[in-house]
Amino acid sequence: MERIPILKMGEYLLVSIQVDMHDRLAMTLQADLTDRIVSVHAKGVLIDISALEMVDSFIGRMLGDLAAMSRVLDAETVVVGMRPAVAITLVELGLALKGVRTALNVERGMDLLRNRIDARGREDAGRE
Amino acid sequence: MLDASNERRPIQTSEDVVTVRQTVRQRAVELGFNLVDQTKIVTAASELARNTLQYGGGGTLRIEEVKDGARRGLRLTFEDNGPGIANLELAMKDGYTTGNGLGLGLSGAKRLSNEFHLESQPGKGTRVAIVRWR
Repeated sequence: MERIPILKMGEYLLVSIQVDMHDRLAMTLQADLTDRIVSVHAKGVLIDISALEMVDSFIGRMLGDLAAMSRVLDAETVVVGMRPAVAITLVELGLALKGVRTALNVERGMDLLRNRIDARGREDAGRE
Repeated sequence: MLDASNERRPIQTSEDVVTVRQTVRQRAVELGFNLVDQTKIVTAASELARNTLQYGGGGTLRIEEVKDGARRGLRLTFEDNGPGIANLELAMKDGYTTGNGLGLGLSGAKRLSNEFHLESQPGKGTRVAIVRWR
């Protein structure tokens, strides 16, 4: 079966969506990612969508759900690389991707994840 | 009128929805749509094709080139023989859905188009036509 690869790097999971996903493939990715977050105890998930030429309400919802699910599983998600034309269209469609952290590119996305995870580490340490 | 620029695409599987997106993109590029307009019509097509599949039980897309004086555009007509829409006004509301989506398909596709026509007869089917001008 067709699958989108998920790469593990330290406590992070990296996904780069390089194909025009049909709906079932998007749902498979969601299930695979949540499984991997749990099995490798990932702290952060980075999803690169720079190759996506469009994001419709289905893919938008999948990204939003994924961010919410990973939060419940104690991981942070950041979506990087959205094309400007995609951003314009998405907002006009009525989807602002509230609750999804975004960054311009992979490098900034990794910085964001590291900062979030460090900040959470300090909060936890302060509570003890 | 038979025109070589007209084509029909089946919408029976979720892979067909992807093919619809790719076909509409290609036609928009050929017509000289800029990148934002291409993205808008492709996204609208994706929403409507998914509706045709999920709510209409499958159907077809007709793609036509349209002209108005010097203006050129694309008309996309989605047709199904499904259960139809009982309340058109409600169906056009943001966030209203009878399925498990976000309820943005029809209203979002309308916002992404220059023209939008929706006809539906309960028990007979639904036809949605959109036009995006270059």
